[in-house]
Amino acid sequence: MSAPVLEVERLVAGYGGAVAVDGASLSVGAGELLAVIGANGAGKTTLIRAIAGMVRPMSGRIRHRGEDITGWTSDRVCERGIAQVAEGRQVFPSLSVLENLRTGALLRRSRAREAANLERVMALFPRLAERRAQAAGTLSGGEQQMLAIARCLMAEPELILFDEPSLGLAPAMVEMVFGVVRRLHAEGMAMILVEQNVRDSLEICDRAIVLEGGAVVAEGSGAELLASDRVRAAYLGL
Amino acid sequence: MDLVAGVIANGVLMGAVYALIAFGLTIIFGVMRVVNFAHGEMVVIGMYAGYFLWAAFDTHPLAAVLPAAALLFLIGYLLQFHLVQHFLARPAHVQFILFIALALVITGAHLVAFGPNPRGIFSLASFEVYRIGGLRLDAVRSQAAAAALLIVALLWAFLRASRLGRAIRAAADNRTGAAVVGIRIRHVYAVTAGIGMACAGAAGALVAPLFDTHPFLAPEFTLIAFITVILGGIGSLPGALLGGLLIGVAEAAAALVLSPSMKSVLSYGLLILVMLARPQGIIGSPEGQR
Repeated sequence: MSAPVLEVERLVAGYGGAVAVDGASLSVGAGELLAVIGANGAGKTTLIRAIAGMVRPMSGRIRHRGEDITGWTSDRVCERGIAQVAEGRQVFPSLSVLENLRTGALLRRSRAREAANLERVMALFPRLAERRAQAAGTLSGGEQQMLAIARCLMAEPELILFDEPSLGLAPAMVEMVFGVVRRLHAEGMAMILVEQNVRDSLEICDRAIVLEGGAVVAEGSGAELLASDRVRAAYLGL
Repeated sequence: MDLVAGVIANGVLMGAVYALIAFGLTIIFGVMRVVNFAHGEMVVIGMYAGYFLWAAFDTHPLAAVLPAAALLFLIGYLLQFHLVQHFLARPAHVQFILFIALALVITGAHLVAFGPNPRGIFSLASFEVYRIGGLRLDAVRSQAAAAALLIVALLWAFLRASRLGRAIRAAADNRTGAAVVGIRIRHVYAVTAGIGMACAGAAGALVAPLFDTHPFLAPEFTLIAFITVILGGIGSLPGALLGGLLIGVAEAAAALVLSPSMKSVLSYGLLILVMLARPQGIIGSPEGQR
């Protein structure tokens, strides 16, 4: 059996002296959608940022297809095909929609196919095609999220890290985001999905982990966790 | 009337060079949010490069532009990558001390290496004049202005159309976003600092035939660059261009109407007016100044 797309082993990470991720382990196989659930401050975003190379781990191992990428900077992590749809969307507000998309294709791994990828993401998000000349800062929250997802696809990733993609969006846009995640999943994209929208993410994922205090306290298929009393009480309010 | 037109025209020419200097200052601020208080010193390095190339090889003044720009690009890249990078997250007054120190070190090094005496370029070219209708334009100044505008235009195109230019603008717009898409921020910052200081160096080489070079010219250039940038709008590249031309004309007009020793009066007056009426600068946007 080939190595998983991503393996995280006893990861410890945080800011300054404060530890936010405290010994978390996980793995993502090819084409797998892993949901990460947990309360605010459970370490979900720090986990994503450490994998993406934006926070330097204090200890532990991160492996991509068997190769150790612990402590790599974000540009090298991106170059390996691990892309991020970051918390707060992080688009470039004064650049046009088209220019934003093209920043997704600055990487060596995908720059040669920029034109074809542009066509593909514009077809996926016709709204972005309509607004290609508009400054990204003038888009609605939902449109900015489309842009962040489309920009990430420009890098031709093989693993996408979604950090709270539905946060602060109108219900129709939340549905759109989950629709895109479902579609990418059907196309065989490996993904980690961090969401406060627990029920929806457990319903569409293959497997899920529950983070508490920076550590994994439960793990299982989406259906198993949906049925677990602990998850129902803590995250679904049932 | 011809006199007035000539003075204004020469002011515009000088303003183009000011615009190039200010362009360098504003791109560094716009991307890294640091203020290069040693910018005038970078101009003087460029002037010395121009002077010594002329003294050694009797080259045409314009021939020094590329070597001076390349030298300052290298200095800027290394400074940013190895030194300024570590100060980006520090408070503004700490950065201020760093750049003031840098300015003092450069001026001190100039003094030690070249002494305090002014060094002038004497070439027959400096007597050449272009006549356009009744207008007499100093040839060296005209060439310097044309070269400065060409460099600004090329940089503008580079920032708009090239991959690296797009990365620079993205990093300026949203640093976290730049890390998210895998831009090598430290490298991009260093390139930006290199470009900004290369602008100063190129401008130095361009004005070397116009002013005698000595170490203490630097603060004057720094000051002019600051007025220009504030006038046009901090962080705005078109603003730097407009500001440069305005300052050039204002200086020339003041020298004509008042007296040459009062040439800065109008530019400072203009600065005060703009600060009162439009503190973000003529073209600048309010978020340009954080």
